[in-house]
Amino acid sequence: MGTIVLKDVQKSFGDVTIIPNANLAIENGEFVVFVGPSGCGKSTLLRLIAGLEDVTSGKIIIDGSNAAQLPPAKRGLSMVFQSYALYPHMSVRNNIAFGLKMAGMPKAEIDAKVAKAAQILNLSDYLDRKPRQLSGGQRQRVAIGRAIVRQPKAFLFDEPLSNLDAALRVQMRIEIMQLHQSLGATMIYVTHDQVEAMTMADRIVVLNKGNIEQVGSPLELYNKPVTLFVAGFIGSPKMNFISGEVAANHKVHTIGVRPEHITLSGTSGEWEGTIALAEHLGADTFLHVDTARCGRLTVRAAGEYGQGPGDKIWLTPERGRVHRFDDKGKTIPNAA
Amino acid sequence: MARAQSVRRRTVTTILAWLIGFLIFFPILWTIITSFKTELEAFSTPPKFLFFEWTTENYAIVQERSNYLRFVSNSLILSIGSTIVALLFAIPAAWAMAFAPTKRTKDLLMWMLSTKMMPPVGALIPVYLIFRDMGLLDSRGGLIAVLFLLNLPIVVWMLYTYFKEIPGEILEAARMDGASLWNELVYVLAPMAVPGIASTLLLNIILAWNEAFWTLNLTTSAAAPLTAFIASYSSPEGLFWAKLSAASTMAIAPILVLGWFAQKQLVRGLTFGAVK
Repeated sequence: MGTIVLKDVQKSFGDVTIIPNANLAIENGEFVVFVGPSGCGKSTLLRLIAGLEDVTSGKIIIDGSNAAQLPPAKRGLSMVFQSYALYPHMSVRNNIAFGLKMAGMPKAEIDAKVAKAAQILNLSDYLDRKPRQLSGGQRQRVAIGRAIVRQPKAFLFDEPLSNLDAALRVQMRIEIMQLHQSLGATMIYVTHDQVEAMTMADRIVVLNKGNIEQVGSPLELYNKPVTLFVAGFIGSPKMNFISGEVAANHKVHTIGVRPEHITLSGTSGEWEGTIALAEHLGADTFLHVDTARCGRLTVRAAGEYGQGPGDKIWLTPERGRVHRFDDKGKTIPNAA
Repeated sequence: MARAQSVRRRTVTTILAWLIGFLIFFPILWTIITSFKTELEAFSTPPKFLFFEWTTENYAIVQERSNYLRFVSNSLILSIGSTIVALLFAIPAAWAMAFAPTKRTKDLLMWMLSTKMMPPVGALIPVYLIFRDMGLLDSRGGLIAVLFLLNLPIVVWMLYTYFKEIPGEILEAARMDGASLWNELVYVLAPMAVPGIASTLLLNIILAWNEAFWTLNLTTSAAAPLTAFIASYSSPEGLFWAKLSAASTMAIAPILVLGWFAQKQLVRGLTFGAVK
């Protein structure tokens, strides 16, 4: 089992409050991603759950009992660190076995468990190597191996892929998702990369300045962001925000339109503009268009788009895909 | 072209490095050579480099005249003793500063180092008077205390930079893995800290072994180490160069051997943990 409930969790360092008041319930077996810009408190929140930081007040309830005052080892959680944090002087085998050894498990049992974990993670041939003799991806696997042998109530990942190159990151992302499927264990995953959040999560927790802005499935956040911050953070390229006269026409402070929800036309449309820059990605083209009424907007065109910088173009937001926000950045639900 | 240039460049830098190395080593080499000359030849102009009658009589005379082994044992006791005491204090201090730093940790470290900027002679009179009144003059215990305090800032600094290199996440990983404080110390911290402690130990033994100012001023005979042994052969009158050289060679030999075997550790130590 692995349910984790945060109740009025607060964390301050001296006078500085990092987490003002966090409430969250994580179900058993869920893959939850904490996402937000750097400094938003997502790592702190994870470390509070792990017990590596003490809560200033509030409860952290793991499997029904308050663990807020327990040391990390007593919480039954495993953690994978950004730097992998492998023990440099131990072989891969001993790195993976360390937690079991600390738990006083008999040696034969440890060997069996290590062998099984190594097999799952494709590390069987590297068990006698030292961490420094491994590639980045292999080190990452050892760190995961160290986490899975202990059969924890939940796994905590602190930006585990940020030290890997782009190709490996995609591969490890898939491996972690497969691991989640086969183990069925609760996983909490911290990242600043919204693509990782969108692709991996059952539920995403968006954090901003220590506050939980919104909790929801990836598509909920994409389609129904409750604040301007979430709208801007989820989705790539970023949502266009327009205020002023155009927004006033919608009777709100700010409107938002995603680049993929704007139709392009060479002849007519709602907003007239000039293409300033075109980014060609093959499958898509991102156009940066200077408009008189809305400033610079980003627009996604499917496939290879014929027109380039300097060309005139008309933009029209798709009906029902315009997000509206009040002057405090809160979403005003569409009437329809 | 580029290849030829890089080869030439390597040759030049290699020659330069050897030249500088030789320059630094020359006084020691000259001391060793002189120790095998007769007093007359040691004094001759132009100086003789290799072509003279080699003799070991100086060593025999020095052996006869002074109790070399007593000086060696004093040197060993003082350098090792003061180093161990320094480590006993410095390890917890550096530990606390590296892993639980406060706002003033950097200032504290700077302040410690600043004590090394004062010329030691500035403290000689008060220290001498304290030693006299406490009956510590010419005692090993007193000298160990002085050498320990003298090198403590360096030892703390070196250990601090080493400990700083140990990533905190590894200790946290151990904590997540269920290690108790004791297990964390034994299985994770110690293996990672020992190389740093070892090079600090070696460097400090050498520093203490070579320390001459305090050892000469605060000892006469009973606690006198090898520095005093050398100094006893320096005299304003008479021909003692060859014997002085023999004594010097005997004094530096043990530490030279230690340095040779520990050079890898020492280079790391001297770079103050800057090289990973």
